[in-house]
Amino acid sequence: MKEKSLGIVKEEFFTFAEGPHELKLDSGQSLGPVTLAYEVYGKLNEEKSNAILVEHAFSGDAHAAGLHNESDKDPGWWDDLIGPGKALDTEKYFVICANVIGGCKGSTGPSSINPKTGKEYGLDFPIITIADMVKAQKHLIDYLGIKKLLCVIGGSMGGMQALQWVTSFPDKVKSVIPIATALKHSPQQIAFDEVGRQAVMADPNWHEGNYYAKKVKPERGLAVARMVGHITYMSDKSMEEKFSRRLREKDSSFKFTADFEVEGYLRYRGDSFVKRFDANSYLYITKAMDYFDLSGTKFLAKDKHVDTRFLVIAFKSDWLYPAYQSQEIVRQLKIRGLEATYCEVNSTYGHDAFLLEIKEETHLIKHFLAKTFKG
Amino acid sequence: MQLDHKIISQEVPPESKVLDLGCGNGELLDILVRQKQVKAQGIELDEGAIYQCVEKGLSVFHGDIDSGLGEYPDKSFDYVILNQSMQQARKVDFVIQEALRVGEKVIVGFPNFCYIKSRFMFFFRGKAPVTKSLPYHWYDSPNVHFLSIGDFRQYCKEQNITVVKSYYLGNNRLVRIWPNLFALNAIFVLER
Repeated sequence: MKEKSLGIVKEEFFTFAEGPHELKLDSGQSLGPVTLAYEVYGKLNEEKSNAILVEHAFSGDAHAAGLHNESDKDPGWWDDLIGPGKALDTEKYFVICANVIGGCKGSTGPSSINPKTGKEYGLDFPIITIADMVKAQKHLIDYLGIKKLLCVIGGSMGGMQALQWVTSFPDKVKSVIPIATALKHSPQQIAFDEVGRQAVMADPNWHEGNYYAKKVKPERGLAVARMVGHITYMSDKSMEEKFSRRLREKDSSFKFTADFEVEGYLRYRGDSFVKRFDANSYLYITKAMDYFDLSGTKFLAKDKHVDTRFLVIAFKSDWLYPAYQSQEIVRQLKIRGLEATYCEVNSTYGHDAFLLEIKEETHLIKHFLAKTFKG
Repeated sequence: MQLDHKIISQEVPPESKVLDLGCGNGELLDILVRQKQVKAQGIELDEGAIYQCVEKGLSVFHGDIDSGLGEYPDKSFDYVILNQSMQQARKVDFVIQEALRVGEKVIVGFPNFCYIKSRFMFFFRGKAPVTKSLPYHWYDSPNVHFLSIGDFRQYCKEQNITVVKSYYLGNNRLVRIWPNLFALNAIFVLER
């Protein structure tokens, strides 16, 4: 089948947890009303058995594939994998992607208006966890009338949500594809997140999270946080290939300007990130990842019957979510005797590989899904 | 169908739980799934072979059989298969013991180093043997252990491993007499 693009797609919104039915969070606090921004691609079949939930990574959003309008330059963040004839084939499957709570891309987060005050939540927004994100998505899946998801798939933080889905709702998930992810954040991963948070909070424009009314944003801090992030998403080798020691101008400036291409790249990435991302969301979502811990018996409780199939994918040069963390997922699956496939893809892209190694991912995901769908 | 695959698929009862160590491109597991509806799991080191397994709809772990089967509880499979992969495992003794621990029965298939042609090449031509079952040269062989049928029988005896059945394979047919001399490959069904 020839691969095509999805064309124009539309963002939708679902609001729930209103009035006394607020969403109970892991922290003991509640949140409501909750809005989820989401997109759907393809058609839900009559048996409602072909639904795939795509989970986005840290800075992603509900716009996973297609274009929002004719003049849109960039398609959704996983457009290479989602569409007619692609790995998540929209002619066969019904694909759903929602922005996480705590985010800033249409779902309720710290930059949303707090109905109690009429102002942005800021730091009054409750701390959320990966399990809370999943709990919110469960409301959307129920609303769409889906009893059992064919698959929950995601990379990085998206993988954590996928692992959380099968843990929270084992009978609602037929298969799970966690990519470049972990059962828990390691001290190294927490450390990088903390550096990012400190950069945001050290910016004088942060104002303890109340920068919205002041018409300023902690842009410098957030940009630095993103620069650190981007370093962790690449590998030594991919940086050498992409930038080496190349200079942007012919000669060195002998000033602290961005002489090297890598400097220019990081500054560009930092600057473009602050235009599209809320600094408080950065704090909340990184914290949610740091709290994530499904290690040992917390993953797939022993007293619950689980018959979910797994496809676990890791990448060789990924040092932010190293392959040993995926192997730990596999170890737990072996202990439980679950049907699973693990592949460590030989890639030099580092953590970014889950967005770039399309050929390998497509092959694995396409056949795995076909087998899961057929039974 | 390859003779060794035919023998192994006759040996495995329908709907068994099977673990294939060093399953390659999944050809044998695919036969077992189609003909015997087994619950199959493979382990394979080669990334390219993993993609072929997934294409067949098989479940397979990308990894080394030498690092053991530590996560699996005792007797969690009806059959553990080591077909043409045993002689490639570095810690072969450990791998066999682990296979016997997690499997009710273990099926091993390996090339016979003391096949008559090998002996000729060695004795008369003074060359390391290259045969149909040992097709590699000294510089490109994945095999790290070279054993005969006699060697393996002795090993089983010393380790108190029960040989439930044994098959000796020649060119497309079974060998009945003097297997250690006339068989290219052997398949043993073991238990403890």
